[in-house]
Amino acid sequence: MLNVQVKEQVIPVGLNGHVNEHSRQPVIEARDIAKIYRMGDIEVRALDGVSLTIYPGELTAIMGPSGSGKTTLMNILGCLDQPTRGTYRLDGVDVEKLNDNQLAVIRNKKIGFVFQSFNLLRRTSAIDNVEQPLIYAGVPPRERRERAKAALEAVGLGHRLKHHANELSGGQQQRVAIARALVNNPAIILADEPTGNLDSKSGAEIMCLFQRLNEENGITVIFVTHDPRIAQHTRRVIRIADGKIVDDYPVTDQIIACPDKALPDPILEKLGHGVG
Amino acid sequence: MVLGELIKLAFNTLAANKTRAFLTMLGISIGVAAVIALMSIGAGVQEYITQQFASAGANLIGVVPGRIQRGPGGGAFGAQAPLTMSDYRAVAANVANVLDTSADFARPSVFAYGDNTSEVNVTGVMANFSAIRNWNARSGRMIDESDVAGRSRVVALGQTVVNDLFEPGEDPIGKVVRINNVPFRVIGVMESKGASFLGDQDAVAFIPITTAQERLFGQQSLSVTGERTISTIYLQAPSKESVPSVMAQVDELLRERRRIPADEPSDFSVLSQDELINTFGAVTGVLTVFLGAIAAISLLVGGIGIMNIMLVSVTERTREIGLRKAIGAKPSAILTQFLTEAVFLSLIGGLVGIAVGVGGAMAISRFAEFQPVVQVSTIVLAVGFSIAVGLFFGIYPARRAARLNPIEALRFE
Ligand SMILES: Nc1ncnc2c1ncn2[C@@H]1O[C@H](COP(=O)(O)OP(=O)(O)O)[C@@H](O)[C@H]1O
Ligand SMILES: [Mg+2]
Repeated sequence: MLNVQVKEQVIPVGLNGHVNEHSRQPVIEARDIAKIYRMGDIEVRALDGVSLTIYPGELTAIMGPSGSGKTTLMNILGCLDQPTRGTYRLDGVDVEKLNDNQLAVIRNKKIGFVFQSFNLLRRTSAIDNVEQPLIYAGVPPRERRERAKAALEAVGLGHRLKHHANELSGGQQQRVAIARALVNNPAIILADEPTGNLDSKSGAEIMCLFQRLNEENGITVIFVTHDPRIAQHTRRVIRIADGKIVDDYPVTDQIIACPDKALPDPILEKLGHGVG
Repeated sequence: MVLGELIKLAFNTLAANKTRAFLTMLGISIGVAAVIALMSIGAGVQEYITQQFASAGANLIGVVPGRIQRGPGGGAFGAQAPLTMSDYRAVAANVANVLDTSADFARPSVFAYGDNTSEVNVTGVMANFSAIRNWNARSGRMIDESDVAGRSRVVALGQTVVNDLFEPGEDPIGKVVRINNVPFRVIGVMESKGASFLGDQDAVAFIPITTAQERLFGQQSLSVTGERTISTIYLQAPSKESVPSVMAQVDELLRERRRIPADEPSDFSVLSQDELINTFGAVTGVLTVFLGAIAAISLLVGGIGIMNIMLVSVTERTREIGLRKAIGAKPSAILTQFLTEAVFLSLIGGLVGIAVGVGGAMAISRFAEFQPVVQVSTIVLAVGFSIAVGLFFGIYPARRAARLNPIEALRFE
């Protein structure tokens, strides 16, 4: 069995994912969130009254047509953007009331964010990219190297440590971005279309990774996808259209991506140990 | 967050963006180097000119016929009633508190030795010339009392005349040269003073004043009233402070002798070294201001260069800041990183600029007479300005970006 990180507010979930939701505090609690962009006279309601509750240890997919507000929602949940109205509580804390430094700590330690467009540092090696969050977390250099290497190995890029972003394929760049998101062992991973640029095999590898991080390390994972088959790797699907949640249902026949979960895996073990 | 880590981060970023770092540094270096080189040359020229005048003799006062306009672009005006030997004698006898008094009589002349000729002023001088003008013979001797008393046909030549008349290596002492066809024995060669803005100071020849007035120029040296004329009266004041009172005495005495009405300007000029220095000082002051203006323009151009590089990279940098914030950088960490970068670039650029500027000024001065004067204030000004520009344009966008929320910064265009 793998080393499972037990966080304070995180109770490891059972294999079937059924938890007693009412006995615990939600990790994400969004109430009536709206994001309105003003462009001259035109008002774009990217989000229009979204309420959403997610408990620790959930594995959730967000689906919806292009322009429906998925990215906007993820950015707000990731504390990268502020809603125009509504309240967002993360681990019971009202995000609106946090200052810049407190937000920085949350982005650094609590949330691992994977952008739709990777956002890697240019002219910088894969391992240096992955190390960045650890620098801000104050992790000493040697441990940083080890954990960044482990994270890249976890996403199948152990042989591309020294490659610069522009020397990697789109799929590989996305996996570097995922490694960067999980390297600081966050409580939540938020991923905006992480498999969008990957072939189905690579997509399955990412899903295996998310499932294991979720089940074995207790990390809450929320990602956006267009692919219903990818969404089926989760336990819950939320559908958005025109800035509103139109559907929210549990997955009944979850696909397990990992070929053999019982195999000991030193990579995730290392990640589990390296909590700052 | 450890400061050392942020500094390392800044250096990694610089290493990853070598072209940008180099161009920024170049802008700072050019500005600093231009300012230091130009200002040092300006100050060097000014000091050189002051030295030129000072070397003419300490606390020297000169009296020349005609009215000299003060200030730059001046010249002699008015009817040039010549100064005479009796003017000289009156000054020598009556002006109090003077160390020494002398007079000379100069005329353009033709020198010949064999087939070689040279055209320079021949100056008839008194025996106290060397003392009062601080100028001696390099070899042989200078005109002495017995030469003046005996109206000897002896001459001390300046280096330029020697070069014109004699073959290299030939010893002029004891040779006979012809001045306006009159034979003179060479008794000395003067110390070289070199060429300067005052002209070739070695294009001179000295003979006894009596010889000049009575034997060489004869009738030409007589005034309409039949008196022996002179070109300049020199007085040596004992101290810098006594110069003005000596000048006033000379002016009063000569006005009285020459019966100049109180409401008319003098038809002669009493000049002090200080005044000459100030006159030329005004000229070189203009020069320094001019060089300073060029330097300021270079600094501005360098500054705009820095600004351009920094602003061109603002989009890229703003996105980088957005990403760094997204992965957990605090605003202070971002500012520290960018400040380190800007300080480092400005400092290295400034140091390179100082080296190039000082080196450039020295290189230029090798082809000129003067030494550049590198002033600390110039360096402080140049480096200060460049660092200020570098810091401002390095930090200002960073500050702005650090305040944006990460998504706004990431979307920046
Ligand atoms: N910065 C912005 N300014 C104006 N409109 C925006 C901005 N960002 C997103 N939008 C608009 O908000 C809507 C939702 O966008 P987004 O969240 O990116 O959708 P999705 O990720 O589901 O494709 C779109 O109509 C988009 O045009
Ligand atoms: Mg999107």
